[in-house]
Amino acid sequence: MGDSIKLRYDVNGEDFVTCGQASEDVKRTLKGIGIPSATIRRVSIAMYEGEINMVIHGGGGVAEVEIFEDRITIVLKDTGKGIADIEKAMQEGYSTATEDIRELGFGAGMGLPNMKKYSDEFAIESKVGQGTTVTMTINFQEDA
Amino acid sequence: MSLYIKPVYLDADKCNGCVSCMKRCPTEAIRVRDGKATVRYERCVGCGECVKVCLTHAKKESCDSFDMLKNFEYTVALACPSIYGQFNHLDNLDYVLNGLLKLGFDDVFDVGYYSRFVSAATRRYIKDTDAKPIISSACPAVRNLILMRYAHLLDHLSPLKQPEEVAAEAAVEAAVKKTGLQREKIGVFLITHCAANLLNKADPDNQIDGFISLKEIYFPLLSEMNKLKASDLKPKAACDSHGVSWGCSTGESMGLGTKNFIVADGIENVMTVLNDLEHDKLGDIDFLELNACTQGCVGGSMNLENPFLARTRLRLFREKLPLVSAETDDISKYVRAKPYESKESAFLLSANRQEAMRKTILVKSIYDKLPKVNCGSCGAPTCKAFAEDVVNGLKVKCKFSKEEEIEIK
Repeated sequence: MGDSIKLRYDVNGEDFVTCGQASEDVKRTLKGIGIPSATIRRVSIAMYEGEINMVIHGGGGVAEVEIFEDRITIVLKDTGKGIADIEKAMQEGYSTATEDIRELGFGAGMGLPNMKKYSDEFAIESKVGQGTTVTMTINFQEDA
Repeated sequence: MSLYIKPVYLDADKCNGCVSCMKRCPTEAIRVRDGKATVRYERCVGCGECVKVCLTHAKKESCDSFDMLKNFEYTVALACPSIYGQFNHLDNLDYVLNGLLKLGFDDVFDVGYYSRFVSAATRRYIKDTDAKPIISSACPAVRNLILMRYAHLLDHLSPLKQPEEVAAEAAVEAAVKKTGLQREKIGVFLITHCAANLLNKADPDNQIDGFISLKEIYFPLLSEMNKLKASDLKPKAACDSHGVSWGCSTGESMGLGTKNFIVADGIENVMTVLNDLEHDKLGDIDFLELNACTQGCVGGSMNLENPFLARTRLRLFREKLPLVSAETDDISKYVRAKPYESKESAFLLSANRQEAMRKTILVKSIYDKLPKVNCGSCGAPTCKAFAEDVVNGLKVKCKFSKEEEIEIK
């Protein structure tokens, strides 16, 4: 086994426009090592949703990505307001996003459910007032 | 080792080694080496951006010469609708098509006629498929961009043939029937405004033998057109109002029977839409009409007229021409025989994953030491591309970093 690829991104909490740069860079990295495109799409959606969440709810944070030969793990850590009821937050369509943010086409309540749907392992930890950490693993099954 | 089609070439004497084309290329295919722009053709989508921005006109489309007609006993020209936007005071499409006959073609086909069948097949396909939104495959540069950079969206790419492909098949069939000649003796030529069309040569089902630049024949054609009288004209034009509209963006979408479409033109705007599709952000959209050139085909690099005026001229024809609709329940005739294949390997660091991962780690360690100003003076479009080039063994230097720092140990 060779070394893993470690990537780290600061996600700016106020910037909708540049949001997605981390997932874009991860996508490019995965293409460079020949991961099947269907898997790249799953990673790309899961990570993009996570980034958006960090901007809308988390006030920004850090995305740490580690790529192994057979899988990728993505840890998204913010120090925002935290989630009071995780079970509710995981329901499709449930959202605490403001009206303004919904006007922009975000905040449909699909972020966390999609992240879970597209990852093989999904974990979320949150403390109100302290922040949220989401950990996702996606396996590189050779489904090309 | 397979050979790649080269949609563009460099007139090296004219190239002054500036970085304009390299900075503009959407797939980072260009490097400036020893003061000259070079292309990694496995990454070239044929968009023609490098030709359009070249300050010294050193970048050119690699079209076939008009002399190629001599290689055939019988020749047919295919004219795309965008050509009708290139002439001032044109009131009858037949002047253009008859002008082409006068230039030496034995027959001429109006590509816009065949778009009604592609539209009918697309309407059917929109009804039948779950892979929405469907991405139009009409723009060859967008098609290639998807195969190279968005292969994970391949399910969305329309599997249908394009009007020029359908027209070429019809032209071959008609010519064989009329002349009794063997296929090899018949030359089918597309009069083209678009470098990406040249990539069709790599398609095993391609029926177009030669791609002739509109720029090359424009003035001889104009002179033939000026000599024609209305009474000389053979009826060759067959475009209806939708057909002529395919020459500019939105034209294709108007014939689909859905209002739920997005039209984007200009290669960067196309990528914005594809990125949003990739992130599942487009919602309930049936169809994406994406054109690499500004305003669609009228923005192609081998047109003479500015795309906005050309578009207006097409609109005026659109208002004059009748609308003729076709229907089809069996789209199989319009489905490409060979499905599209990913070309993402052009971006692989190595075919071996362990080796590719090792290289990725090296790229990152070099990139971290670079100034990240993307100045281009090293001859690579970005600092990231520079780091990849170093890892791939190219001898390149960064003006801002000490050589020993970016050396691979």
